Amino acid sequence: MVPLNYYLVLSGVLFSIGTAGVFLRRNLITVLLSVEIMLNAVNLTFVAAGRYHGTVDGQIITFFVMTVAAAEAAVGLALVIALFRHRETLSPDAYTSLKW
Amino acid sequence: MTPLLVAQLVLTLVVFVALLSSAAAMVYVERKVAAFLQQRIGPYLVGPKGLLQPLADVVKLMFKEELRPRAADALLFGLAPIISATAAFAAFAVVPFGGETTLLGVLKEPLRLQVADVNVAVLVIFAIASMGVYGIVLAGWSSNSKYSLLGGLRSSAQMISYELAYGLSLAAVVMLAGSLSLREIVTNQSGYWFYVIPKWYIFLQPIGFLIYMTAGVAETNRAPFDFPEAEQELVAGYHTEYSSMSFALFFMAEYINMVTVSAVATSLYLGGWLGPFLPDWLGWLWFLLKVFLLLFFYVWMRWTLPRYRYDQLMEFGWKWLLPAAVINLIATAALVIWLG
Amino acid sequence: MDVVSFYIFAAIAVLSSIGVIGQRNPMHSVMLLIVSFGGLAGLYILLDAPFTAVTQIIIYAGAIMVLFLFVVMLLNAHTEDDSLPAGLGPHALRFGALLSALLAVEVVWGLSRVGVTGFNSDPGAASAISSVAAIGQTLFTQYSFAFEVTSILILVSMVGAVIIAGSRTRGGR
Repeated sequence: MVPLNYYLVLSGVLFSIGTAGVFLRRNLITVLLSVEIMLNAVNLTFVAAGRYHGTVDGQIITFFVMTVAAAEAAVGLALVIALFRHRETLSPDAYTSLKW
Repeated sequence: MTPLLVAQLVLTLVVFVALLSSAAAMVYVERKVAAFLQQRIGPYLVGPKGLLQPLADVVKLMFKEELRPRAADALLFGLAPIISATAAFAAFAVVPFGGETTLLGVLKEPLRLQVADVNVAVLVIFAIASMGVYGIVLAGWSSNSKYSLLGGLRSSAQMISYELAYGLSLAAVVMLAGSLSLREIVTNQSGYWFYVIPKWYIFLQPIGFLIYMTAGVAETNRAPFDFPEAEQELVAGYHTEYSSMSFALFFMAEYINMVTVSAVATSLYLGGWLGPFLPDWLGWLWFLLKVFLLLFFYVWMRWTLPRYRYDQLMEFGWKWLLPAAVINLIATAALVIWLG
Repeated sequence: MDVVSFYIFAAIAVLSSIGVIGQRNPMHSVMLLIVSFGGLAGLYILLDAPFTAVTQIIIYAGAIMVLFLFVVMLLNAHTEDDSLPAGLGPHALRFGALLSALLAVEVVWGLSRVGVTGFNSDPGAASAISSVAAIGQTLFTQYSFAFEVTSILILVSMVGAVIIAGSRTRGGR
């Protein structure tokens, strides 16, 4: 079986891909998708660590992370819809009225 | 390449071919039953009693021109029927249709009559049913036509709403059986009460069965829940712009979804391949009989009942079926704890 | 066999994630993310967690992504212009890419300092965690409070989403 490090490295790589998406993309929905990639990377770490220790706790925490991700996606997308109604654009650069 | 592996591969091929022919057979059955319900004869010209009609339909569909609207998103337009058909076939992979067989002693270990025996089979069916929504959503969107978009959105909203009642009725059966594996659920239904009544879950869960069948009919977008593809309202809904083999794929996906819902219903509620007089390894005959019975009910319902309007459909799903499924689940849980 | 499957699923997950952040059309990004979820589900099955794999498909690929698709279709997101505003210039992109590359290098370097640790190869361990009964037991006894709180969280987010995205004519502000 593949050693634990491989899974952790993969998870780190996926997490940084998600981070890159949040930094680089100029579209609110793609930013939310990148956040989902980050959450998935964390899920992978939990399941791998749970398998390493031989307990189910990893999978249970994954269960909670998925539920929270669902709730967060729902509210995040509702916010995107509400924001879109204001400025008619999905670029985060249009929402800079609080900048000094 | 052990003999068991070869047997399993052959079995997978057999199941695939059987599903394809069941889609073709359903075309014929639907047209004949519809005809008899409407006091006419139906197809009778092609082949004896019109039995070669599906073949003629397939040949016709293959020779038609493959169209695509110019402004349609080419990748998603081509991908949507593939997703629909793949999800329809994949869901049948975990359905058991017979006991174990050693092929008259040729194999050393018994071959299970199932493509894949997964121990979370019920959840796999639910997961693949959720993936089937994508075919419809993408078809509606990528056709770039108002009828398709409306049909696609309505159809997918309907499917995800009825998935809740579907899942809750599955959960009630899982509670009774104590396992998520379809094979174990079927084997838990063996035996008889008073030597006469088989121990099927339909007798323990009559309301659950009705909820499951209703949600299943809504999931497969069949009448009386087929508003999104009703001819009178929406031309053809999400598959308006498709022709030739893409349309055939959608068509086939719908029939195979019906077959899968019926097959899962027989495994969960009607005792799968169990039946009197036949040994376990011939149980697939009983399975076919029960699935055919449920498919007949499907076709009967389509040509007898009027169609729900879309808001009535959604109201029914959320305000009647979902609470009924929840109450069914709670009552089942209480009875399981109380009666042990 | 296990190693080959690991590399295949890992490649699927990483390549489709790169596709998600690289694609111009958000519709294609959503579909590529679904492929990425499929790759991760395969990895969960390799880690003896079939319940988590199937739950991932049901919740993430089956529900959350449908929600994203609906919003993308509703807001016509594929017609959006994705370029940076004029004031920032190309340095912002390079800086962002540098930061995330730095994160990746740090994580991989940190993990390389730990010795190669294998998994517990006892077959009993694998079956102990892959049974749904074990998950249910622990979930409803040790983590029951978190479970109940999560259900309230979902209720709150449902109500919140309806209020935030609700139409003006319904009396909202």
